[in-house]
Amino acid sequence: MLDFKNVWKSYKNGVMAVNGIDLHINKGEFVYIVGPSGAGKSTFIKLMYREIAPTKGDILIDGVNLAKLKQRQVPKLRRKIGVIFQDYKLLPKLTVYENVAFALEVIEEHPKVIKKRVMEVLDLVKLKHKARSLPSELSGGEQQRVSIARSICNNPSVVIADEPTGNLDPDTAWSIMEIFDRINDNGTTVVMATHNKDIVNNMKRRVIAIEGGMIVRDEQKGDYGYEA
Amino acid sequence: MMSRKVITDMKLRTLGRHGRESLKNLGRNGWMTFASISAVAVALVLVGLFLSVMMNLNKIAGEIESNVEVRVYIDRTATEAQQAQLKQSLKSIDHVQSITYQSREKGLKNLINSLGDGDDQSAFSSVKNENPLPDAFILKTAKPEQTITVANQVKALPNVYKVNYGKGTVEKLFKTVRISRNVGIVLIIGLLFTSIFLIANTIKLTIVARRREIEIMKLVGATNAFVRWPYFLEGLLIGVIGSIIPIVLVNVGYKAVYEKFEGAGTYSTLFIKLIPYPTMALYLSLLLIIIGAGIGVWGSVTSIRKFLRV
Repeated sequence: MLDFKNVWKSYKNGVMAVNGIDLHINKGEFVYIVGPSGAGKSTFIKLMYREIAPTKGDILIDGVNLAKLKQRQVPKLRRKIGVIFQDYKLLPKLTVYENVAFALEVIEEHPKVIKKRVMEVLDLVKLKHKARSLPSELSGGEQQRVSIARSICNNPSVVIADEPTGNLDPDTAWSIMEIFDRINDNGTTVVMATHNKDIVNNMKRRVIAIEGGMIVRDEQKGDYGYEA
Repeated sequence: MMSRKVITDMKLRTLGRHGRESLKNLGRNGWMTFASISAVAVALVLVGLFLSVMMNLNKIAGEIESNVEVRVYIDRTATEAQQAQLKQSLKSIDHVQSITYQSREKGLKNLINSLGDGDDQSAFSSVKNENPLPDAFILKTAKPEQTITVANQVKALPNVYKVNYGKGTVEKLFKTVRISRNVGIVLIIGLLFTSIFLIANTIKLTIVARRREIEIMKLVGATNAFVRWPYFLEGLLIGVIGSIIPIVLVNVGYKAVYEKFEGAGTYSTLFIKLIPYPTMALYLSLLLIIIGAGIGVWGSVTSIRKFLRV
Protein backbone atom coordinates (compact mmCIF):
# COMPACT_ATOMS: atom_id res chain seq x y z
CA MET A 1 0.00 0.00 0.00
CA LEU A 2 2.99 2.28 0.48
CA ASP A 3 5.81 2.23 -2.04
CA PHE A 4 8.99 4.25 -2.45
CA LYS A 5 10.60 3.77 -5.85
CA ASN A 6 14.10 5.21 -6.17
CA VAL A 7 13.17 8.32 -4.24
CA TRP A 8 15.59 11.25 -4.02
CA LYS A 9 15.19 14.50 -2.20
CA SER A 10 17.60 17.40 -2.20
CA TYR A 11 16.82 20.75 -0.63
CA LYS A 12 17.44 24.12 -2.23
CA ASN A 13 20.49 24.66 -0.04
CA GLY A 14 22.09 21.62 -1.63
CA VAL A 15 21.54 19.18 1.23
CA MET A 16 20.84 15.69 -0.07
CA ALA A 17 18.37 14.41 2.52
CA VAL A 18 17.14 11.25 0.80
CA ASN A 19 19.34 9.39 -1.65
CA GLY A 20 17.58 6.72 -3.64
CA ILE A 21 15.20 4.94 -1.28
CA ASP A 22 13.33 1.83 -2.43
CA LEU A 23 10.77 0.50 -0.02
CA HIS A 24 7.55 -1.43 0.14
CA ILE A 25 5.21 -1.44 3.14
CA ASN A 26 2.21 -3.74 3.21
CA LYS A 27 -1.24 -2.83 4.38
CA GLY A 28 -1.57 -3.34 8.13
CA GLU A 29 2.16 -3.37 8.80
CA PHE A 30 3.77 -1.66 11.79
CA VAL A 31 7.10 -0.13 10.83
CA TYR A 32 9.70 1.71 12.91
CA ILE A 33 12.01 4.15 11.20
CA VAL A 34 15.23 4.49 13.18
CA GLY A 35 18.53 6.24 12.65
CA PRO A 36 20.71 8.96 14.11
CA SER A 37 19.65 12.61 14.10
CA GLY A 38 20.06 14.19 10.70
CA ALA A 39 19.90 10.83 8.94
CA GLY A 40 16.89 11.88 6.86
CA LYS A 41 14.08 10.37 8.94
CA SER A 42 12.08 13.55 9.07
CA THR A 43 12.43 14.17 5.35
CA PHE A 44 11.31 10.61 4.76
CA ILE A 45 8.22 11.19 6.93
CA LYS A 46 7.45 14.52 5.28
CA LEU A 47 7.60 12.89 1.87
CA MET A 48 4.96 10.42 3.01
CA TYR A 49 2.33 12.98 3.86
CA ARG A 50 3.39 15.19 0.98
CA GLU A 51 4.56 18.18 2.94
CA ILE A 52 7.41 18.04 0.49
CA ALA A 53 7.59 16.46 -2.95
CA PRO A 54 10.48 14.23 -4.01
CA THR A 55 13.12 15.62 -6.35
CA LYS A 56 13.16 12.31 -8.21
CA GLY A 57 11.35 8.99 -8.00
CA ASP A 58 7.81 7.87 -7.18
CA ILE A 59 5.94 7.52 -3.89
CA LEU A 60 2.71 5.56 -4.01
CA ILE A 61 0.08 5.44 -1.29
CA ASP A 62 -2.94 3.27 -2.15
CA GLY A 63 -1.98 3.62 -5.79
CA VAL A 64 -1.80 7.43 -5.72
CA ASN A 65 1.55 8.77 -6.90
CA LEU A 66 2.57 11.58 -4.55
CA ALA A 67 5.34 12.69 -6.87
CA LYS A 68 2.80 13.56 -9.53
CA LEU A 69 0.14 14.91 -7.21
CA LYS A 70 -1.02 18.43 -7.98
CA GLN A 71 -1.18 20.90 -5.12
CA ARG A 72 -4.95 20.97 -5.14
CA GLN A 73 -5.12 17.18 -4.85
CA VAL A 74 -3.09 17.15 -1.65
CA PRO A 75 -6.09 17.67 0.70
CA LYS A 76 -7.70 14.51 -0.62
CA LEU A 77 -4.53 12.54 0.09
CA ARG A 78 -4.20 13.97 3.59
CA ARG A 79 -7.65 12.71 4.46
CA LYS A 80 -6.34 9.18 4.04
CA ILE A 81 -3.33 9.80 6.26
CA GLY A 82 -3.13 10.52 9.97
CA VAL A 83 -0.10 12.50 11.07
CA ILE A 84 1.23 12.74 14.64
CA PHE A 85 4.07 14.92 15.90
CA GLN A 86 6.33 15.13 18.91
CA ASP A 87 4.80 18.48 19.92
CA TYR A 88 1.14 17.32 19.58
CA LYS A 89 0.06 20.43 17.63
CA LEU A 90 -3.16 20.97 19.55
CA LEU A 91 -5.09 24.22 19.51
CA PRO A 92 -4.74 25.64 23.02
CA LYS A 93 -8.07 27.47 23.12
CA LEU A 94 -10.16 24.49 22.09
CA THR A 95 -11.24 21.69 24.39
CA VAL A 96 -10.19 18.10 23.84
CA TYR A 97 -13.49 17.40 22.12
CA GLU A 98 -13.22 20.50 19.93
CA ASN A 99 -9.65 19.72 18.95
CA VAL A 100 -10.66 16.34 17.60
CA ALA A 101 -13.88 17.63 16.06
CA PHE A 102 -11.91 20.40 14.33
CA ALA A 103 -10.27 17.85 12.04
CA LEU A 104 -13.68 16.64 10.91
CA GLU A 105 -15.24 20.09 10.67
CA VAL A 106 -12.65 21.40 8.27
CA ILE A 107 -13.28 18.53 5.88
CA GLU A 108 -16.97 19.45 6.13
CA GLU A 109 -18.19 16.28 7.80
CA HIS A 110 -21.80 16.20 8.95
CA PRO A 111 -22.33 17.33 12.60
CA LYS A 112 -24.00 14.05 13.56
CA VAL A 113 -21.10 12.06 12.18
CA ILE A 114 -18.63 14.33 13.93
CA LYS A 115 -20.24 13.87 17.33
CA LYS A 116 -20.39 10.12 17.03
CA ARG A 117 -16.90 9.74 15.65
CA VAL A 118 -15.21 12.06 18.16
CA MET A 119 -16.66 10.14 21.08
CA GLU A 120 -15.52 6.88 19.48
CA VAL A 121 -11.93 7.92 19.10
CA LEU A 122 -11.81 9.58 22.52
CA ASP A 123 -13.01 6.28 23.91
CA LEU A 124 -10.25 4.49 22.01
CA VAL A 125 -7.56 6.69 23.54
CA LYS A 126 -9.34 6.55 26.93
CA LEU A 127 -9.95 10.26 27.22
CA LYS A 128 -13.75 10.39 27.07
CA HIS A 129 -13.85 11.78 30.58
CA LYS A 130 -11.55 14.68 29.61
CA ALA A 131 -13.56 15.75 26.59
CA ARG A 132 -14.24 19.18 28.08
CA SER A 133 -10.72 19.88 29.33
CA LEU A 134 -8.35 22.26 27.66
CA PRO A 135 -4.98 20.92 26.46
CA SER A 136 -3.22 22.97 29.16
CA GLU A 137 -5.08 20.95 31.80
CA LEU A 138 -3.71 17.66 30.46
CA SER A 139 -0.42 15.82 30.93
CA GLY A 140 1.94 15.38 27.99
CA GLY A 141 0.81 11.80 27.46
CA GLU A 142 -2.82 12.82 27.49
CA GLN A 143 -2.16 15.59 25.00
CA GLN A 144 -0.45 13.14 22.70
CA ARG A 145 -3.46 10.84 23.00
CA VAL A 146 -5.70 13.71 21.90
CA SER A 147 -3.50 14.27 18.89
CA ILE A 148 -3.64 10.55 18.07
CA ALA A 149 -7.42 10.65 18.40
CA ARG A 150 -7.48 13.57 16.00
CA SER A 151 -5.27 11.78 13.50
CA ILE A 152 -7.43 8.68 13.33
CA CYS A 153 -10.88 10.26 13.51
CA ASN A 154 -11.41 10.16 9.75
CA ASN A 155 -10.34 6.52 9.48
CA PRO A 156 -7.03 6.95 7.68
CA SER A 157 -5.50 3.91 6.03
CA VAL A 158 -2.07 4.85 7.33
CA VAL A 159 -0.90 6.68 10.44
CA ILE A 160 2.47 8.43 10.28
CA ALA A 161 4.12 9.46 13.53
CA ASP A 162 7.27 11.54 13.88
CA GLU A 163 8.81 10.84 17.30
CA PRO A 164 5.46 10.64 19.09
CA THR A 165 7.06 9.67 22.39
CA GLY A 166 9.96 12.10 22.17
CA ASN A 167 8.68 14.34 24.94
CA LEU A 168 7.29 11.64 27.20
CA ASP A 169 8.63 9.64 30.13
CA PRO A 170 9.09 5.86 29.61
CA ASP A 171 5.85 4.77 31.30
CA THR A 172 3.75 7.27 29.39
CA ALA A 173 5.56 6.34 26.20
CA TRP A 174 4.46 2.77 26.72
CA SER A 175 0.83 3.74 27.16
CA ILE A 176 1.06 5.65 23.89
CA MET A 177 2.56 2.60 22.20
CA GLU A 178 -0.35 0.51 23.40
CA ILE A 179 -2.69 2.87 21.60
CA PHE A 180 -0.70 2.60 18.39
CA ASP A 181 -0.80 -1.15 18.79
CA ARG A 182 -4.57 -1.05 19.08
CA ILE A 183 -4.87 1.19 16.01
CA ASN A 184 -2.64 -1.25 14.12
CA ASP A 185 -4.76 -4.18 15.27
CA ASN A 186 -7.73 -2.54 13.57
CA GLY A 187 -5.89 -2.89 10.26
CA THR A 188 -4.36 0.58 10.01
CA THR A 189 -0.80 0.76 8.75
CA VAL A 190 1.52 2.54 11.20
CA VAL A 191 4.84 4.14 10.27
CA MET A 192 6.74 5.63 13.19
CA ALA A 193 10.04 7.43 13.35
CA THR A 194 11.49 7.03 16.83
CA HIS A 195 14.56 7.24 19.03
CA ASN A 196 13.03 5.05 21.71
CA LYS A 197 15.36 2.03 21.84
CA ASP A 198 13.44 0.37 24.62
CA ILE A 199 10.18 0.33 22.74
CA VAL A 200 11.65 -0.79 19.43
CA ASN A 201 13.55 -3.64 21.04
CA ASN A 202 10.56 -4.89 23.00
CA MET A 203 7.86 -4.61 20.34
CA LYS A 204 9.71 -6.75 17.77
CA ARG A 205 8.30 -5.13 14.66
CA ARG A 206 9.76 -4.36 11.28
CA VAL A 207 12.64 -1.90 11.66
CA ILE A 208 14.03 0.27 8.89
CA ALA A 209 17.26 2.09 9.65
CA ILE A 210 18.13 5.21 7.70
CA GLU A 211 21.59 6.76 7.55
CA GLY A 212 22.80 9.43 5.19
CA GLY A 213 19.45 9.41 3.44
CA MET A 214 19.68 5.71 2.57
CA ILE A 215 18.18 2.53 3.98
CA VAL A 216 21.03 0.68 5.67
CA ARG A 217 18.96 -2.00 7.36
CA ASP A 218 15.46 -3.39 6.91
CA GLU A 219 14.52 -6.36 9.08
CA GLN A 220 11.35 -7.99 10.32
CA LYS A 221 11.15 -8.22 14.12
CA GLY A 222 14.23 -6.07 14.29
CA ASP A 223 16.12 -4.26 17.01
CA TYR A 224 16.85 -0.57 17.47
CA GLY A 225 20.47 -1.32 16.77
CA TYR A 226 21.99 1.92 18.03
CA GLU A 227 23.26 2.91 21.43
CA ALA A 228 20.55 5.07 22.92
CA MET B 1 -32.90 14.33 -4.08
CA MET B 2 -31.75 13.36 -0.64
CA SER B 3 -28.07 13.73 -1.42
CA ARG B 4 -28.58 17.13 -2.98
CA LYS B 5 -30.29 18.36 0.17
CA VAL B 6 -27.41 17.09 2.28
CA ILE B 7 -24.93 18.95 0.09
CA THR B 8 -26.86 22.22 0.34
CA ASP B 9 -27.11 21.86 4.12
CA MET B 10 -23.40 21.33 4.29
CA LYS B 11 -22.58 24.36 2.20
CA LEU B 12 -24.82 26.61 4.28
CA ARG B 13 -23.36 25.26 7.48
CA THR B 14 -19.85 25.79 6.20
CA LEU B 15 -20.66 29.31 5.12
CA GLY B 16 -22.04 29.99 8.58
CA ARG B 17 -18.86 28.70 10.12
CA HIS B 18 -16.72 30.91 7.88
CA GLY B 19 -18.87 33.93 8.72
CA ARG B 20 -18.50 33.34 12.46
CA GLU B 21 -14.76 32.83 12.10
CA SER B 22 -14.26 36.05 10.16
CA LEU B 23 -16.32 38.14 12.59
CA LYS B 24 -14.42 36.65 15.50
CA ASN B 25 -11.12 37.59 13.87
CA LEU B 26 -12.20 41.10 13.05
CA GLY B 27 -13.15 41.54 16.69
CA ARG B 28 -9.91 40.02 17.92
CA ASN B 29 -7.88 42.58 15.96
CA GLY B 30 -10.24 45.43 16.75
CA TRP B 31 -7.94 48.39 16.28
CA MET B 32 -6.41 47.17 13.05
CA THR B 33 -9.89 46.44 11.76
CA PHE B 34 -10.93 49.95 12.72
CA ALA B 35 -7.89 51.42 10.99
CA SER B 36 -8.55 49.50 7.78
CA ILE B 37 -12.23 50.38 7.73
CA SER B 38 -11.32 54.04 8.28
CA ALA B 39 -8.76 53.94 5.50
CA VAL B 40 -11.32 52.47 3.13
CA ALA B 41 -13.85 55.09 4.23
CA VAL B 42 -11.48 58.01 3.69
CA ALA B 43 -10.40 56.71 0.31
CA LEU B 44 -13.96 56.12 -0.79
CA VAL B 45 -15.22 59.53 0.36
CA LEU B 46 -12.64 61.06 -1.96
CA VAL B 47 -13.45 58.60 -4.70
CA GLY B 48 -17.13 59.51 -4.36
CA LEU B 49 -16.40 63.22 -4.40
CA PHE B 50 -14.16 62.85 -7.41
CA LEU B 51 -16.64 60.64 -9.21
CA SER B 52 -19.54 63.04 -8.76
CA VAL B 53 -17.48 66.01 -9.93
CA MET B 54 -16.03 64.11 -12.88
CA MET B 55 -19.31 62.63 -14.01
CA ASN B 56 -20.91 66.07 -14.02
CA LEU B 57 -17.97 67.72 -15.73
CA ASN B 58 -18.08 65.04 -18.38
CA LYS B 59 -21.77 65.54 -18.88
CA ILE B 60 -21.38 69.32 -19.17
CA ALA B 61 -18.41 69.02 -21.45
CA GLY B 62 -20.38 66.65 -23.63
CA GLU B 63 -23.29 69.06 -23.81
CA ILE B 64 -21.04 71.95 -24.68
CA GLU B 65 -19.28 69.83 -27.24
CA SER B 66 -22.53 69.06 -28.98
CA ASN B 67 -23.39 72.78 -28.97
CA VAL B 68 -20.19 73.93 -30.53
CA GLU B 69 -20.91 75.97 -33.64
CA VAL B 70 -19.26 78.35 -36.06
CA ARG B 71 -20.87 81.76 -36.22
CA VAL B 72 -20.23 83.56 -39.49
CA TYR B 73 -21.09 87.28 -39.29
CA ILE B 74 -21.88 88.78 -42.65
CA ASP B 75 -20.50 92.09 -43.82
CA ARG B 76 -23.17 94.80 -43.37
CA THR B 77 -22.49 96.02 -46.85
CA ALA B 78 -23.24 92.68 -48.48
CA THR B 79 -26.27 92.55 -50.78
CA GLU B 80 -28.81 89.76 -50.70
CA ALA B 81 -27.28 88.21 -53.78
CA GLN B 82 -23.88 88.24 -52.12
CA GLN B 83 -25.39 86.65 -49.04
CA ALA B 84 -26.86 83.84 -51.14
CA GLN B 85 -23.51 83.37 -52.84
CA LEU B 86 -21.80 83.15 -49.45
CA LYS B 87 -24.29 80.51 -48.35
CA GLN B 88 -23.41 78.44 -51.43
CA SER B 89 -19.69 78.73 -50.66
CA LEU B 90 -20.29 77.72 -47.05
CA LYS B 91 -22.22 74.65 -48.18
CA SER B 92 -19.28 73.45 -50.24
CA ILE B 93 -16.90 73.42 -47.26
CA ASP B 94 -16.09 69.95 -45.95
CA HIS B 95 -17.59 68.80 -42.60
CA VAL B 96 -20.30 71.45 -42.58
CA GLN B 97 -23.43 69.67 -41.47
CA SER B 98 -26.01 72.40 -41.36
CA ILE B 99 -26.35 76.09 -42.07
CA THR B 100 -28.90 78.30 -40.34
CA TYR B 101 -29.50 81.91 -41.16
CA GLN B 102 -29.88 84.29 -38.24
CA SER B 103 -31.05 87.82 -38.98
CA ARG B 104 -29.66 90.66 -36.89
CA GLU B 105 -33.07 91.16 -35.21
CA LYS B 106 -33.27 87.49 -34.24
CA GLY B 107 -29.66 87.59 -33.03
CA LEU B 108 -30.37 90.50 -30.73
CA LYS B 109 -33.48 88.85 -29.36
CA ASN B 110 -31.54 85.68 -28.56
CA LEU B 111 -28.79 87.66 -26.91
CA ILE B 112 -31.22 89.63 -24.76
CA ASN B 113 -33.04 86.45 -23.79
CA SER B 114 -29.88 84.67 -22.71
CA LEU B 115 -28.52 87.65 -20.76
CA GLY B 116 -31.78 89.23 -19.64
CA ASP B 117 -33.79 88.90 -16.55
CA GLY B 118 -36.98 87.45 -17.97
CA ASP B 119 -39.68 90.11 -18.37
CA ASP B 120 -37.57 93.07 -17.40
CA GLN B 121 -35.73 94.00 -20.55
CA SER B 122 -35.49 97.73 -19.91
CA ALA B 123 -31.72 97.53 -19.66
CA PHE B 124 -31.54 96.67 -23.33
CA SER B 125 -33.84 99.39 -24.67
CA SER B 126 -30.96 101.46 -26.02
CA VAL B 127 -29.45 98.65 -28.08
CA LYS B 128 -32.88 97.76 -29.38
CA ASN B 129 -33.07 101.05 -31.15
CA GLU B 130 -29.65 100.70 -32.64
CA ASN B 131 -28.92 97.02 -33.20
CA PRO B 132 -25.13 96.54 -33.31
CA LEU B 133 -25.30 92.97 -34.55
CA PRO B 134 -24.74 91.92 -38.16
CA ASP B 135 -26.68 89.14 -39.88
CA ALA B 136 -25.10 85.72 -39.47
CA PHE B 137 -24.94 82.13 -40.65
CA ILE B 138 -24.61 79.50 -37.98
CA LEU B 139 -22.74 76.39 -39.05
CA LYS B 140 -22.68 73.06 -37.33
CA THR B 141 -20.00 70.48 -37.94
CA ALA B 142 -20.19 66.72 -37.58
CA LYS B 143 -17.47 66.69 -34.92
CA PRO B 144 -16.66 69.55 -32.53
CA GLU B 145 -12.95 69.54 -33.33
CA GLN B 146 -13.74 70.26 -36.98
CA THR B 147 -14.97 73.74 -36.11
CA ILE B 148 -11.43 75.10 -36.15
CA THR B 149 -10.63 74.02 -39.72
CA VAL B 150 -14.05 75.09 -40.92
CA ALA B 151 -13.69 78.49 -39.27
CA ASN B 152 -10.31 79.01 -40.92
CA GLN B 153 -11.73 78.26 -44.35
CA VAL B 154 -14.69 80.55 -43.79
CA LYS B 155 -12.39 83.46 -42.88
CA ALA B 156 -10.96 83.48 -46.39
CA LEU B 157 -14.38 83.91 -48.04
CA PRO B 158 -15.60 87.33 -49.30
CA ASN B 159 -18.29 89.30 -47.45
CA VAL B 160 -17.41 87.69 -44.15
CA TYR B 161 -17.20 90.25 -41.38
CA LYS B 162 -16.08 87.98 -38.58
CA VAL B 163 -15.94 84.27 -37.68
CA ASN B 164 -16.61 83.12 -34.16
CA TYR B 165 -16.32 79.57 -32.91
CA GLY B 166 -15.86 79.92 -29.16
CA LYS B 167 -12.13 79.70 -29.57
CA GLY B 168 -10.35 79.42 -26.27
CA THR B 169 -13.28 78.71 -23.94
CA VAL B 170 -13.97 75.24 -25.28
CA GLU B 171 -10.31 74.30 -25.31
CA LYS B 172 -9.89 75.63 -21.79
CA LEU B 173 -12.83 73.66 -20.52
CA PHE B 174 -11.57 70.43 -22.06
CA LYS B 175 -8.11 71.07 -20.65
CA THR B 176 -9.47 71.70 -17.16
CA VAL B 177 -11.53 68.55 -17.29
CA ARG B 178 -8.53 66.54 -18.48
CA ILE B 179 -6.13 67.86 -15.84
CA SER B 180 -8.53 67.48 -12.96
CA ARG B 181 -9.33 63.99 -14.13
CA ASN B 182 -5.66 62.96 -14.23
CA VAL B 183 -4.82 64.50 -10.86
CA GLY B 184 -7.91 62.89 -9.37
CA ILE B 185 -7.07 59.48 -10.78
CA VAL B 186 -3.52 59.55 -9.41
CA LEU B 187 -4.74 60.67 -6.00
CA ILE B 188 -7.42 58.01 -5.87
CA ILE B 189 -5.18 55.19 -7.00
CA GLY B 190 -2.75 56.16 -4.25
CA LEU B 191 -5.50 56.15 -1.67
CA LEU B 192 -6.93 52.86 -2.86
CA PHE B 193 -3.53 51.19 -2.63
CA THR B 194 -3.07 52.55 0.88
CA SER B 195 -6.33 50.98 1.95
CA ILE B 196 -5.51 47.71 0.23
CA PHE B 197 -2.19 47.70 2.06
CA LEU B 198 -3.88 48.33 5.41
CA ILE B 199 -6.46 45.63 4.84
CA ALA B 200 -3.74 43.19 3.79
CA ASN B 201 -1.83 43.96 6.97
CA THR B 202 -4.86 43.52 9.20
CA ILE B 203 -5.57 40.17 7.68
CA LYS B 204 -1.94 39.16 7.86
CA LEU B 205 -2.11 39.76 11.61
CA THR B 206 -5.09 37.49 11.98
CA ILE B 207 -3.30 34.90 9.87
CA VAL B 208 -0.14 35.02 11.98
CA ALA B 209 -2.28 34.53 15.08
CA ARG B 210 -3.77 31.46 13.49
CA ARG B 211 -0.80 29.84 11.78
CA ARG B 212 -1.03 26.70 13.85
CA GLU B 213 -4.70 26.44 13.07
CA ILE B 214 -4.01 26.70 9.36
CA GLU B 215 -1.21 24.16 9.65
CA ILE B 216 -3.50 21.65 11.34
CA MET B 217 -6.27 22.34 8.87
CA LYS B 218 -3.92 21.57 6.02
CA LEU B 219 -2.58 18.46 7.73
CA VAL B 220 -6.00 16.93 8.19
CA GLY B 221 -6.93 17.67 4.59
CA ALA B 222 -8.84 20.96 4.51
CA THR B 223 -8.82 22.44 1.03
CA ASN B 224 -7.16 25.78 0.33
CA ALA B 225 -10.55 27.22 -0.45
CA PHE B 226 -11.83 26.20 2.96
CA VAL B 227 -8.86 27.82 4.70
CA ARG B 228 -9.18 30.92 2.59
CA TRP B 229 -12.87 31.63 3.04
CA PRO B 230 -12.84 33.34 6.46
CA TYR B 231 -10.05 35.68 5.38
CA PHE B 232 -11.80 36.41 2.14
CA LEU B 233 -14.95 37.31 4.08
CA GLU B 234 -12.92 39.47 6.47
CA GLY B 235 -11.57 41.52 3.57
CA LEU B 236 -15.00 41.75 2.02
CA LEU B 237 -16.56 42.91 5.29
CA ILE B 238 -13.89 45.55 5.87
CA GLY B 239 -14.41 46.88 2.35
CA VAL B 240 -18.19 46.88 2.46
CA ILE B 241 -18.43 48.37 5.97
CA GLY B 242 -15.85 50.94 4.93
CA SER B 243 -18.04 51.98 2.01
CA ILE B 244 -21.15 52.72 4.10
CA ILE B 245 -20.02 56.07 5.53
CA PRO B 246 -18.81 57.38 2.15
CA ILE B 247 -22.07 56.33 0.52
CA VAL B 248 -24.09 58.25 3.12
CA LEU B 249 -21.82 61.32 2.96
CA VAL B 250 -21.62 61.52 -0.80
CA ASN B 251 -25.37 61.03 -1.16
CA VAL B 252 -26.28 63.68 1.38
CA GLY B 253 -23.68 66.05 -0.03
CA TYR B 254 -24.74 65.56 -3.63
CA LYS B 255 -28.38 65.98 -2.75
CA ALA B 256 -27.64 69.32 -1.09
CA VAL B 257 -25.56 70.59 -4.02
CA TYR B 258 -28.05 69.36 -6.57
CA GLU B 259 -30.99 71.00 -4.84
CA LYS B 260 -29.10 74.27 -4.54
CA PHE B 261 -28.36 74.27 -8.26
CA GLU B 262 -31.64 72.98 -9.58
CA GLY B 263 -34.15 73.98 -6.97
CA ALA B 264 -33.43 77.67 -6.58
CA GLY B 265 -35.10 79.76 -9.31
CA THR B 266 -32.26 82.21 -9.72
CA TYR B 267 -29.94 79.55 -11.03
CA SER B 268 -32.45 77.76 -13.19
CA THR B 269 -31.44 79.64 -16.32
CA LEU B 270 -27.83 78.49 -16.01
CA PHE B 271 -26.83 76.29 -18.86
CA ILE B 272 -25.36 73.84 -16.33
CA LYS B 273 -27.64 70.91 -15.71
CA LEU B 274 -26.34 68.49 -13.06
CA ILE B 275 -26.99 64.76 -13.23
CA PRO B 276 -30.26 64.26 -11.34
CA TYR B 277 -29.90 63.25 -7.71
CA PRO B 278 -31.69 59.86 -7.74
CA THR B 279 -29.73 58.60 -10.75
CA MET B 280 -26.47 59.81 -9.29
CA ALA B 281 -27.25 58.34 -5.86
CA LEU B 282 -27.78 54.91 -7.38
CA TYR B 283 -24.61 55.06 -9.49
CA LEU B 284 -22.44 56.35 -6.67
CA SER B 285 -23.72 53.90 -4.08
CA LEU B 286 -23.23 50.94 -6.39
CA LEU B 287 -19.79 52.07 -7.49
CA LEU B 288 -18.58 52.76 -3.97
CA ILE B 289 -19.79 49.46 -2.59
CA ILE B 290 -18.23 47.57 -5.49
CA ILE B 291 -14.91 49.40 -5.13
CA GLY B 292 -15.01 48.83 -1.36
CA ALA B 293 -15.64 45.12 -1.76
CA GLY B 294 -13.00 44.94 -4.48
CA ILE B 295 -10.19 46.46 -2.44
CA GLY B 296 -11.21 44.38 0.59
CA VAL B 297 -11.02 41.15 -1.33
CA TRP B 298 -7.83 42.17 -3.06
CA GLY B 299 -6.20 42.99 0.25
CA SER B 300 -7.16 39.65 1.76
CA VAL B 301 -6.17 37.59 -1.25
CA THR B 302 -2.70 39.17 -1.47
CA SER B 303 -2.03 38.60 2.21
CA ILE B 304 -3.08 34.97 2.49
CA ARG B 305 -1.43 33.48 -0.57
CA LYS B 306 1.96 32.62 0.88
CA PHE B 307 0.52 31.21 4.10
CA LEU B 308 -1.26 28.43 2.29
CA ARG B 309 1.90 26.58 1.34
CA VAL B 310 1.93 24.26 4.32
